Amino acid sequence: MRTCDDLRNHLRPVVESSLSLLAGFLAGGIIIWAAGFNPILFYEALIAGAFGDIYSTLNTLSYSTPLILTALSFAIAARASLFNIGAEGQMYFGVLAAVSIGAFIALPSVMHQLCIITLAILLGGLWGAVAGWLRVSRGVNEVVSTIMMNFLALYLVNYLATYVFYDPLQAYKTKSILPSAELPLMVPGTDLSLAFLLSIATAMALYILLWRTPLGYEIRAVGLNPSAARYGGIDVKRTMITSMFLSGATAALAGAFEVMGRFYYTDTGLSIVRNMGFDGIAVSLVGRNHPIGIILSSIFFAMLKTGIQAVQRSTSVGGRTGVPLELGLVVQGIIIIFISIPEMLDLIRRLRGRREV
Amino acid sequence: MDTSMLFILLQAPLYLGTLRLMVPITLPAIGEIITERSGVVNIGLEGIIMLGALASVYVGYFTGSLLLALLAGILAGVCVGILHGIISVYLGGDQIIVGVGVNVFAYGLGVITLYLSWGTFANSPLIPDSARVPDLHGISPFVVLTFMSGVTAWYLLERTSIGLRLKAVGENPKAADAAGINVFRTRFVATVIGAVFAALGGTFLGLDWLASYTRDISAGRGFIALAMVVFSKWNPILAILSGLLFGFFFALSLTIPSGIIPDQLVWSLPYAATLLVAAGFFTKTRAPAAIGKPYRRE
Repeated sequence: MRTCDDLRNHLRPVVESSLSLLAGFLAGGIIIWAAGFNPILFYEALIAGAFGDIYSTLNTLSYSTPLILTALSFAIAARASLFNIGAEGQMYFGVLAAVSIGAFIALPSVMHQLCIITLAILLGGLWGAVAGWLRVSRGVNEVVSTIMMNFLALYLVNYLATYVFYDPLQAYKTKSILPSAELPLMVPGTDLSLAFLLSIATAMALYILLWRTPLGYEIRAVGLNPSAARYGGIDVKRTMITSMFLSGATAALAGAFEVMGRFYYTDTGLSIVRNMGFDGIAVSLVGRNHPIGIILSSIFFAMLKTGIQAVQRSTSVGGRTGVPLELGLVVQGIIIIFISIPEMLDLIRRLRGRREV
Repeated sequence: MDTSMLFILLQAPLYLGTLRLMVPITLPAIGEIITERSGVVNIGLEGIIMLGALASVYVGYFTGSLLLALLAGILAGVCVGILHGIISVYLGGDQIIVGVGVNVFAYGLGVITLYLSWGTFANSPLIPDSARVPDLHGISPFVVLTFMSGVTAWYLLERTSIGLRLKAVGENPKAADAAGINVFRTRFVATVIGAVFAALGGTFLGLDWLASYTRDISAGRGFIALAMVVFSKWNPILAILSGLLFGFFFALSLTIPSGIIPDQLVWSLPYAATLLVAAGFFTKTRAPAAIGKPYRRE
């Protein structure tokens, strides 16, 4: 009997997340239909484009890499009941770390990558910790501070990319990083680099940190009930700042890996990574702020991205006249709105009950 | 200071620009004050500004009617307000998450509409003159509307029993409920009103300032409005003053010719100022006690 209840409690979030995904797809289907396409053909082409053969599957996994990291970033802060919308800006610092050390300092391989990763963790972590500090010592809601800091990070990194790290031959981008700083591709001919394995490893590391270490216990205790945590002798303020540091550091890894494993440079406007920090929020919410859930849901959202790109190329569903990539955002927005509804299952049950009466 | 900088500060366009640029941040801030005073946070202001602008530009472009365009913008606000109100007030959902969802959805819908209606990813063509908001003696009627809304909202909140009930719901919903005030309905109405104000801010951008829709039309204004609420201590009159301050920063960043100061520094000004203000380096504030917490009857 107990195991049965346990199972039900574990299945519940999975079912609720799935319902939200379904709702997002349905609403997306309505928009596709309104735009004059056949939604069923569209979704068929989308799934085929994302998982149709081994190359597209590996590319989908490759696109899930930054999402895993920005979603983990959101989740660590969320576990301490902080709503970090700043992964976007914190991620830009990872891009900065990668292009500065990667392109302008010559180091032996491995050493080179490690230096970039360390700087990314420090810069992103500190940028996150500032928001944590503002929250605990100045009472600034982290939602407000991280949003403002996203803009500041964008303009700061944009400035440095334009005036310091630019490529003298092509001013729209920074210099490319040296081969010694690149993360190697795991399968030639795809986009799948070592970054994917590193992000899975980060998810595992954070899982262990959150559920198997005293710090993780403190973070979760603060998240569940800050006043009880304080009575229990936990330094709530320090724990919140620490979780914001970890959150920012993880987001910065996403930016660093996109440069080291895919683009090898950034355009000065940072469009190579734009919005991936925000995407992480949806990925983490659907994955219920849990590392395993996050890996699964980031593959789902990556499918949305590679799939829509494939649909744009395919001729059977309208080809170039098809729907823009932003359709994915509409679907994502609706999924988030549905996720916010609590106890969706109970609600459906209640509505059904009412109809029967 | 550079002499050319001084010259800019003495120019009339800077101050006329300030008056106009305060509108799309101050209207949403006034609305959000009403919403937050009732205990509900709407972080989806950014998205509502976009949807208000999108609906009004779309209808304005295809009908050429200013009245219909204005109504469409307001209707967009009402719809999102009802959605936010149902989820966060009646269902007790997470208010922040709904708002984030609205922002993501609105941005995506804006770009899709741009592409499907006008075949572009950047900005729509200009709306016909008949759908533009005409200036009255060189001043946009929206500027007048903003000042009037701020004063009216302050009067309602601080000098009437309606305002008293609204604030009671935001400070102590349990006591308000016991006193016979309908907590759910009060919060729901305050949420819808707040969303309409945000949509009006977007309508101003679409029908007046830009006369078109662009993919980044709100450019963080919804978030600045959220910070302005804190800055103005949930007081609509102070919201007008802070709107003038931030409007000035925006106008300044548009008037300073590039080359004098790095563009990025100028663009950063409104956001850096917001952060410093929210951090309370100038003033101490206190939020409504029950803010962000769903109310459930026991």
